[in-house]
Amino acid sequence: MGNRCAIIGIGQTHYTTKRRDVSMAGLVREAALRALADAGLTFKDIDAVVIGKAPDLFEGVMMPEAYLADALGAAGKPMTRVHTAGSVGGSTALVGASLIQGGVHERVLVVAYEKQSESNATWALSTHLPYNASLVVGAGGYFAPHIREYMRRSGAPGHIGTLVAVKDRQNALKNPYAHLKIPGIDRAMVESTPMLWEPIRYLETCPSSDGACAMVLAAEHAVTGRPAWVHGTAMRSEPIFRAGRDTVNPQGGKDCAADVYRQAGITDPRREIDVAEVYVPFSWYEPMWLENLGFAAENEGWKLTEAGCTALDGDTPWNASGGVLSSNPIGASGLIRFAEAALQVRGMAGEHQVEGARKALGHAYGGGAQFFAMWIVGADKP
Amino acid sequence: MREVAIVAFAQTVHTDHDAGLTEPELLQPVIEEVRAKSGLRRFGFTCSGSCDYLAGAPFSFVSALDSLGAWPPISESHVEMDGAFALYEAWVRLQHGDVDSALVYGFGKTSMSDLREIMTLQLDPYYLAPLGLDQISFAGLQASARGADRAELDAIVRRSRADGRANPYALNLPDPTEEDDGHVAPITDGAAAIVLVAGEEITKYPRPAYITGIAHRIEPHYLGMRNLAQSTSTADAATAAGVGKGPVDVAELHTQFSHEEPILREALGLPEDTVINPSGGPLAANPVMATGLIRIGEAAQRVLDGTARRAVAHATSGPCLQHNLVAVLSSEV
Repeated sequence: MGNRCAIIGIGQTHYTTKRRDVSMAGLVREAALRALADAGLTFKDIDAVVIGKAPDLFEGVMMPEAYLADALGAAGKPMTRVHTAGSVGGSTALVGASLIQGGVHERVLVVAYEKQSESNATWALSTHLPYNASLVVGAGGYFAPHIREYMRRSGAPGHIGTLVAVKDRQNALKNPYAHLKIPGIDRAMVESTPMLWEPIRYLETCPSSDGACAMVLAAEHAVTGRPAWVHGTAMRSEPIFRAGRDTVNPQGGKDCAADVYRQAGITDPRREIDVAEVYVPFSWYEPMWLENLGFAAENEGWKLTEAGCTALDGDTPWNASGGVLSSNPIGASGLIRFAEAALQVRGMAGEHQVEGARKALGHAYGGGAQFFAMWIVGADKP
Repeated sequence: MREVAIVAFAQTVHTDHDAGLTEPELLQPVIEEVRAKSGLRRFGFTCSGSCDYLAGAPFSFVSALDSLGAWPPISESHVEMDGAFALYEAWVRLQHGDVDSALVYGFGKTSMSDLREIMTLQLDPYYLAPLGLDQISFAGLQASARGADRAELDAIVRRSRADGRANPYALNLPDPTEEDDGHVAPITDGAAAIVLVAGEEITKYPRPAYITGIAHRIEPHYLGMRNLAQSTSTADAATAAGVGKGPVDVAELHTQFSHEEPILREALGLPEDTVINPSGGPLAANPVMATGLIRIGEAAQRVLDGTARRAVAHATSGPCLQHNLVAVLSSEV
């Protein structure tokens, strides 16, 4: 994995439905300036900028990095635009880290954003390529059948998704940047909301958010402030239409996890990872990914959720920040997972800090559950 | 830096119309061709470049994985940029030292939409896009800022089209006329792929094209913030890539408009005797999102087939040469 890479600055905007007070450039700049302030640096200290976001159709700006170069202080520097579907935020962090690990740069600014209020993501996702059939409406329409298949295979009781929806929103109450803050949220409230895509109810889905997240990454000799260290990075992709592909427990996710655990020397993720920030846009993806990431045996993930193991005070906290279920600026959602993992091992997560967190997993997935990006970060130098 | 070389390049026979192929169908033969040429079936890293707006739908890159047959799952990433920038990402990844090969590809079909209007959507959405400037209008601003000699530009078009007719992959475009002056790169569908290898792996190939330097730089977006008559980001990238450190036999430049050639030639500091765009360049075939990668491939191919010892490739992104990448290919380290 090359040279050591540290995360030395993190910046987030307050996630919300509509940021009417800023342009897209204002939004990304807000996150970037906060990350630079956290690192005690300015744009002058940055060698390169990597930016990620989900499909350009979400805002109606084609290849917006051209327009955002000015706001991110990128003029005169290399700038790269990453797009790997829903996993893009995670991939953006990995492409930035790669520039440090490859010894090409000393300090890299990574930024990801989405300003969903500029359009309607569900319909932007429902167009289709010429000559290809469009089978679904929105991401929920695509993933609901996979969830039903998970329920059939595992025999999980119907209320497991509800438990995740409640738990993540309770965590969000402790995160100042979270979008959905629902005081008094409980199972009855989730179960009273409309069914969108069987078995996904309204409160079992992620919101549509405006927001940006940024990180400053540094080589070992360029570290300022309190660093988190990258212990492993991995990406995996698999073809969406491959016959026989297991869309419920995808091979790409398993392989990606195995790769990143190997680099970080992790053999028992549930015990050795103190906190995980995992991409769960629909509540049922928590038990599904518990299995895919090796925290539980196949068909057993839901039992950890049911027993409260993944709660903030559980033995393996997942999404202490409130996760994607509480804030979803789509292109940034993966980077937020990676950043929250780093915040935890820096001991800077505030009210949602997991006591004594030394090692954390950041995870993102995208496309038809076929693109995966992961990193392990630690308080100690690898 | 770790030594990295190009060992295989392939491109489609480009068309000026929709030939009824999907993007994965365009791509599959060139992927198979670079696999055959490199002798590699699987790669340590894969990276691609494409643009959703050309297809008019999100995730244009997703189905490309089907044409790779990415199974078992592969380590892969994508840039919403020309494939040349994907090649840069792969070059960076090969610097880590743990993987020794990379597959890079780019593809685009501009036959199915109005490219000139689509490029308007790349402008600042609040202050520039509403003005309705299309791609040719803002290129016109740059041509006028440069004040290039019309006869010189006409000669560039004539040369490019003649070279393109001699290139089996480029379009068959006639000599320019008043109605068809050819100063704007044509609408084209196509794809391209390149295989990179690093370290010890290079020794398996008798005549690799070493990447002795590669760098890219972006400039401010607003046209009023730049001196459009020059390309400072190209000049900076050329210095970082070491263009001036030796002779340049051939240069493949990402010129989507004839007036960009004198601007780039000057920014790159190319000697008088450098042969420019012997493939015909983008004025003879412009499969957007693959065009820049093809420049690198064409330059590398001259080194691979022994007709050049040192070649320069250039790729660009953004309005009026906003973002430029420069690579130096050489038969020696």
